[in-house]
Amino acid sequence: MATQTMPVLVLQPSSGWFRLNLGEVWDYRELLYFLMWRDIKVRYKQTALGAVWAVLQPTLTMLVFSIFFGRLAKVPSDGIPYPIFAFAALLPWQLFAFALTESSNSLVASQNLITKVYFPRLVVPMAATFAALVDFAVAFVVLLILMLFYGIHPTAAIVFLPFFLLLALATALSAGLWLSALNVKYRDVRYTIPFLTQFWLFATPVAYPSSLIPKPWRALFGLNPMAGVVEGFRWALLGKSNGTGPLLLVSIAAVLVLLITGLRYFRKMEASFADIV
Amino acid sequence: MSALAFRVNQLSKLYSLGRRGPYKTLRESLNDTVTRCFRRSNSKTRDADLPENIWALKDVSFDILQGEVVGIIGRNGAGKSTLLKILSRITEPTQGSVEVYGRVGSLLEVGTGFHPELTGRENIYLNGAILGMKRTEINRRFDEIVAFAETEKFLDTPVKHYSSGMYMRLAFAVAAHLEPEILLVDEVLSVGDAAFQNKCLGKMGDVARSGRTVLFVSHSMASIATLCTSAILMRDGAVAHQGRPEACIDQYLAGINESKGQTDLREGKECRRGSGDARIVAARLTDTYGVPSDRFECQGELVIEMEIEGVAQIPSFLSTIAIRTRTGITVLHLPSPPDLSWSSINTSGAATVRCRIPQCGLYPGSYVVSLWIGKNAHQELDWVPDALTFSMEQGALTSYGFDMSWRHGLYLCENSWSSARCGSEPDVEWPTMAGDFVH
Repeated sequence: MATQTMPVLVLQPSSGWFRLNLGEVWDYRELLYFLMWRDIKVRYKQTALGAVWAVLQPTLTMLVFSIFFGRLAKVPSDGIPYPIFAFAALLPWQLFAFALTESSNSLVASQNLITKVYFPRLVVPMAATFAALVDFAVAFVVLLILMLFYGIHPTAAIVFLPFFLLLALATALSAGLWLSALNVKYRDVRYTIPFLTQFWLFATPVAYPSSLIPKPWRALFGLNPMAGVVEGFRWALLGKSNGTGPLLLVSIAAVLVLLITGLRYFRKMEASFADIV
Repeated sequence: MSALAFRVNQLSKLYSLGRRGPYKTLRESLNDTVTRCFRRSNSKTRDADLPENIWALKDVSFDILQGEVVGIIGRNGAGKSTLLKILSRITEPTQGSVEVYGRVGSLLEVGTGFHPELTGRENIYLNGAILGMKRTEINRRFDEIVAFAETEKFLDTPVKHYSSGMYMRLAFAVAAHLEPEILLVDEVLSVGDAAFQNKCLGKMGDVARSGRTVLFVSHSMASIATLCTSAILMRDGAVAHQGRPEACIDQYLAGINESKGQTDLREGKECRRGSGDARIVAARLTDTYGVPSDRFECQGELVIEMEIEGVAQIPSFLSTIAIRTRTGITVLHLPSPPDLSWSSINTSGAATVRCRIPQCGLYPGSYVVSLWIGKNAHQELDWVPDALTFSMEQGALTSYGFDMSWRHGLYLCENSWSSARCGSEPDVEWPTMAGDFVH
């Protein structure tokens, strides 16, 4: 008799231990890529304006902010022309808001996949998050044109931009992990997301500078990781900000906590996704 | 002895049927948590006994060897699909374990993840990736997939413009080129037209012959019988029988009708059709002496009787009886003469219709009887598929030493043989059936 080899895999009820198994996500990187690619390809299909939407969304928001907050409410902008000041913050904000919304709904939207095929479920919210990068790239070009128009040159700090971009994605993904897993069980989440992003926008210094916050409270403000991201973007692109330093460190810590707990919750719920979605 | 592919060990799966739906709202969940706090008992053990919870699988254990092609059969709700879902890692078992020896690919649905806005070409890549194929693998097999699907011309058309046939062909083509060591397939071959179904079955046959392990859920006894090397019969979440496909199919069909050659059809039966103005309320099989039975001898008399209610309003009607093998081949289709006269009408207004086959030549094996009545060929009154099952035995018939197996034939009809020397009149005639065999 042939000696029985070890099983490749043992399927049993998960023991509740915290196993991340990120190596498996790496094995499925091609699926991640294809799901991202699908989301991007399909996004502006059958729209009259197509990819122009990626330009219009941040530009129109910037115009509205400039008129109401910049012109009428006279919100200070750290000495930067208000449109640039707002756009540099809207760039990561819209990336975040879009990625958060998409990833939160991603599992429920992929119901047909989840109940019919196995793959690490993490791939789904990850793909939804990363697919938001394309709109970001388009809007980034708009920002560069705007900066050229206002005669503002990026400083050497721009090399740190990828780091802040990563931080924005990590924030969106970790919140997305929590919300997408919760959404599978409680469809209430879907209706909460529009409010959540709206409140989150007010808690983030997009329309106003964080210098408006009294100094002792500023670091605490960093508990909202997007505050760190937005101030980081302004610093890296425009060279001026009050946000870096303690605020940023608090933001990084907050993201790490949110990401690790999010992964953990997601992994714990993963086993039952196919049964309750 | 070959190596194991799966070792399934005391596998159980509990599903909780929510009171209102598959998922709870946040408020309900909070409510439950609060109530549970106050109850303060070990609710975990009690939960399983609540009527809202059902064991879709209970203590299922079996081994599957590499290279086996295993058919899984059973009624709806017997746990077949749950089993496949656990084996393909879509859901976790509640108890027990499965040891898997090899790379598993599952095909629980064709076209999973197809996106209507994407073109055929794009969907091949997307669907391939979802099924676990690498991009290089898809590139390598791309032309084969397209040729199999016969959709070359429409590769760059969004699949939302495809006809449903084209869509299914493309979807199956991708799946058919999946090459895992172990393949799990759930009732997916029942799509498309007959020609395409044959093509799919052929492909499944190739996969089976290539030495890969296949687990295959189907309601088509014909495909189970032709494709599988062994089978598992599931009943109420447990394994009722594991062994040769024929044995499992026999048990499965016998399970449909537990009664010996007679059945009460007053209660609804699955898949029943027709207006119901007149209904078949009972059916039975009897031998020459009118004794109900479910075992008959080849060349013996077989009588099929059905009791019909509600005939008072219907002046005349038609009936047909179909007898098919367990593998789904209809051997006999017996239409009644255009206007049936009643053999008897009893006090309750029910009538009995009797169909007599004096020398039933069905070969030994299991058979299924379906009954139909209608006002005419187009107005259906009642149709009862799989109403009765029975088995034929070789019995006294010798057949001159030949093995009367369904491998050789299905029906023995009256015939006569003669032999003659060349150029002369036939000198001897050998009638075979009437004289020799039946007494």
